[in-house]
Amino acid sequence: MARISFIESIRQAQYEELARDPKVFLMGEDLVANVFGTTTGLIEEFGTDRVRDTPLSENGFVGAAAGASMVGARPIVDLTITSFVYVAMDQVCSIIAKSKYIYGGQVKLPLVLRMCMFYGNSNAAQHSDRNYPMFMGMPGLKIIIPSNPYDMKGLLKTAIRDDDPVMSFEDGTLWSQKGEVPEGEDHLIPLGLADIKREGTDATVVAVAGGVPLALKAAEELSKDGFSIEVVDPRTLVPLDRDTIIRSVSKTGRVVVVDPAHQSCSAASEISAIIAEEAFESLKAPILRVTTPDTHLPFFPNGEKALLPSKHRIVSALKRLLN
Amino acid sequence: MSLFMHIAQIYFRNRMVDMENLTLEQYYEGYLRMLRIRKFETRAEENHSKGEIPGALHTSLGQEAEVVGACMALKDDDYMVGNHRSHGHPIGKNADMKPLMAELYARKTGICGGKGGSMHLSDFSIGSLGETSIVGSGLPVAVGAALGSNMLGEGRVTLCFFGDGASNEGAFHEALNLAAIWNLPVVFLCENNGWAVSMPASKAVSVENIADRAAAYSMRSELVTDGQDFESVYIATKRAVDTARAGEGPTLVEVKTYRFAEHAVNMGRMLVDRGEELEEWLKRDPVEILRIKINEMVGDETRLKEIEEQVEREIEDALEFAKQSDFPDVADAFDDVYSERVSDFYGLS
Ligand SMILES: Cc1ncc(C[n+]2csc(CCOP(=O)(O)OP(=O)(O)O)c2C)c(N)n1
Ligand SMILES: [Mg+2]
Repeated sequence: MARISFIESIRQAQYEELARDPKVFLMGEDLVANVFGTTTGLIEEFGTDRVRDTPLSENGFVGAAAGASMVGARPIVDLTITSFVYVAMDQVCSIIAKSKYIYGGQVKLPLVLRMCMFYGNSNAAQHSDRNYPMFMGMPGLKIIIPSNPYDMKGLLKTAIRDDDPVMSFEDGTLWSQKGEVPEGEDHLIPLGLADIKREGTDATVVAVAGGVPLALKAAEELSKDGFSIEVVDPRTLVPLDRDTIIRSVSKTGRVVVVDPAHQSCSAASEISAIIAEEAFESLKAPILRVTTPDTHLPFFPNGEKALLPSKHRIVSALKRLLN
Repeated sequence: MSLFMHIAQIYFRNRMVDMENLTLEQYYEGYLRMLRIRKFETRAEENHSKGEIPGALHTSLGQEAEVVGACMALKDDDYMVGNHRSHGHPIGKNADMKPLMAELYARKTGICGGKGGSMHLSDFSIGSLGETSIVGSGLPVAVGAALGSNMLGEGRVTLCFFGDGASNEGAFHEALNLAAIWNLPVVFLCENNGWAVSMPASKAVSVENIADRAAAYSMRSELVTDGQDFESVYIATKRAVDTARAGEGPTLVEVKTYRFAEHAVNMGRMLVDRGEELEEWLKRDPVEILRIKINEMVGDETRLKEIEEQVEREIEDALEFAKQSDFPDVADAFDDVYSERVSDFYGLS
């Protein structure tokens, strides 16, 4: 295993799957120039047919990925920043999510839409969305949301091999994070399998994406006060590993759900509802959510920082449950 | 209608509009506004690299003639829509630079109260209807502004700035067709700087000139091949604006220009090697070209120097204003949007 960055783990997953399966190809804006660092060495190896630059035509090339996948190709689309998916909503929601269903299973759409959540660095509201919850509300789309390089690579490789459309939400605040990641073909993480990032007995934090490292820091801080906090990372939101979440909450009886998305109808809301429905008897305290309030992220840094989940806010929520 | 007839008709209509030449005062005004953009952005870039300005910075250095030439073809109460490369547009339409600079500095006194930043320097008091950073998203808004103004019987013209890259978005097609069938007073001004981040227009656009696309909408077009020349941009845009105001409908104006800086400062690894092409374009600095032209016309630099001193002072004042202003309060993040339940976020009071 080598220690690599989150970005490098994406590059490796793409590289290995392009090499493994000639049906796989990659397209998106500014890939050849390697603007985001996820295509280093890919052009040299696979050429500009299989690593293809697109014009600024999101609805066009996302829809083209749908069509290509219908005839047996396996496109990976790099939409760069997740806010740009709105331009392609027509194809994502009406074609990609629904074609297999409305045509009664006659067709499958094995494609991956990759997107970076570009928040926390004063890029203002139009560039800073963490919009996966919207797509949880759209059946037919699988959603991976990794929190470290190991998971990123393993989940992306599985997503590329999956026969359903998968959206990959990649948290920009984690880009430079490093971790141990296996090289080679076999590093596959099944979709729908949560990971317990830290074991504990007093309270559970269910956290997604950039919320996970914050939850781990909060758990570490509270351990100094003698509290034992478990951190569960669902890793994929569709499918969602309910069992692991329920098992953890049944053990601890207290839960905080951390999610960088806006609070209303967030992933945290859905997870909280599932816990309330399936583990109500084991709860010793209310379920608390640490999310972004229902206002846009402002450009001014002091405002943006305050709105996003932080170690401090997670610790506050946990203390409220533990006292 | 045959293509020939169509072209002939466009040609004929164009001739009917008076070609209005610029007065000396307008040249000076153009120089003033172009120099403001140049100095505003140069200082902003410097101070950004010192860490004074958060986020990314998209400059229009090199495109000053195109921006100012187009804006000066408008009346003060005409509307304007822009994009992520937003600093030049309001300065070109004569906005006060203090709130613009304060916005870059993320201050409460910024034109958007610190909520927007570099990609959104939109001053509604001078007729701006947004500087929007999702590429192509401004085009339909401009159509709507022209529609609204027509419905209200005000007859204001809307100028819409967008890039070569934006012309490949679906919104471009829908906006141009709508403006054409409804015969709206819009001027679509394509700032063709040759690139969309790392994608050259020559690879991304199927026609040689984006202006050629107007034919698909039976729309008039103007092609300004020398976008570094203030006067050429002004004349072409003025013709389009006059046509729009006369109720003769929209025009697609394409201006060939170039951005001198990288796509954006501090936006990941956006540096793209444009090689000799950049060197060639740097030789045609629009601000210098206009200065030389005025000097040749007048034979005396006094007024130019006065303008240069004035701009230096204005920039210093704007920087001073920005730096002395307060940052917004966290609570301000909840203003200007309907938002509920903001008091019960743990650790956020
Ligand atoms: C819909 C959308 N896709 C991608 C981007 C990222 N992006 C920002 S500016 C830009 C290039 C735009 O090129 P152009 O329209 O020519 O304007 P220029 O930057 O050259 O002024 C890109 C790809 C975006 N902001 N919006
Ligand atoms: Mg461009």
